[in-house]
Amino acid sequence: MDIPFTVKLRDDTNLYNAKVGIWLFLGSEVMLFGALFSSYILLRVGAPAGTWPHGLLNVPIGAFNTIVLIVSSVTVVMSWASLKLGNPGKFRFYQAITLLCALSFLTIKSFEYRDKFTHYEIWKTDGTRMTGHIEGSPYFWSTRTLKDKKLDQVVFHPDPHHYAEPAQRHEAGGGAEHEGHAAISVPASEIARLSAFVPAHSTYFAIYFTLTALHGLHVFGGALVIGYLWGPGAKLWKTDPERFTNRIEISGLFWHFVDLVWIFLFPVLYLL
Amino acid sequence: MNDPQHVAKHVKTYLVVFGALILGTILTVAVYFKHFESVALAIAIALIIATVKASLVAGFFMHLVSERKTFYVIMAFTAFFFVGLMALTIWAMNDSPAMSGSTQRAPHPVAAPAHHVP
Repeated sequence: MDIPFTVKLRDDTNLYNAKVGIWLFLGSEVMLFGALFSSYILLRVGAPAGTWPHGLLNVPIGAFNTIVLIVSSVTVVMSWASLKLGNPGKFRFYQAITLLCALSFLTIKSFEYRDKFTHYEIWKTDGTRMTGHIEGSPYFWSTRTLKDKKLDQVVFHPDPHHYAEPAQRHEAGGGAEHEGHAAISVPASEIARLSAFVPAHSTYFAIYFTLTALHGLHVFGGALVIGYLWGPGAKLWKTDPERFTNRIEISGLFWHFVDLVWIFLFPVLYLL
Repeated sequence: MNDPQHVAKHVKTYLVVFGALILGTILTVAVYFKHFESVALAIAIALIIATVKASLVAGFFMHLVSERKTFYVIMAFTAFFFVGLMALTIWAMNDSPAMSGSTQRAPHPVAAPAHHVP
């Protein structure tokens, strides 16, 4: 049985069904990300003055990832245009670049995540705080880890600046936290709290990981669909080229939305 | 948007939009590294550039500028509820004295840089 209106336009909407479907879906996605963005605004504005972290994310890497997604958006639309012009060879070339961009984006993001999972903040019992790296760069340590491992001290490489010093962020460009001072030993008895830069660290990292991980899942899902249509799904071009072109248009619309979300995520999370 | 000649014309537009998006990204980063006196101004510029970039993607790559009326109905609903969501968020800030600028809480007492640790 043929599915109706996969190519032929409906009389009432003057569109094929999948196009109406993807736009309705994207409308719901706008509300999903909109809800998270509004949560971000509330958390940000409600944070006590001077406590919202600045400069903890690497701006050049974030900017590079933005360019990667923009390039992928262009190649997606060019691949669709290639099919419209009857050139499946160019379609494959452009979509291969799209897939490479998706892979690059996720790889870079995973390195950024890794950097956060090994970056720590120590709240000392005297009320002072410092950020830096623990000797050996362990993952996901917390105050409880000190008790579980029965450690009486932590060898710590503190950052030159604490994120509560906003004036430093422009000179730092988000990367200065890696220029650590010489190692110091911090007795476990002086540590009131220890946390990696994970969601449990603060509302900033909670919303950062929620937004970027959800976006990353969208990149992954979009890449899976594009990969399928680039590989085994491309057989449809031989039997029903118009329907295949429509599928590429639909997957492309989703991909552009993913790019669009990142266009806002980058300045909001990395720069402001 | 369906005939090949029309599509061929649009390929040039895609490349121009691509250039504009790259330029927008460079501008966004440049604004960050330029030390603006007003934080509000820096935020406004960054968000205006992001909005322009998003409009270019939606308008040209997603073909919203040349789509049929049905889209505008769907998008109008989305825009209405999205604006409502954001407006309610901003409105809700007035409910809490802590969030209404004039009574912002004092800096966190434990926020001290590493080299100040005794």
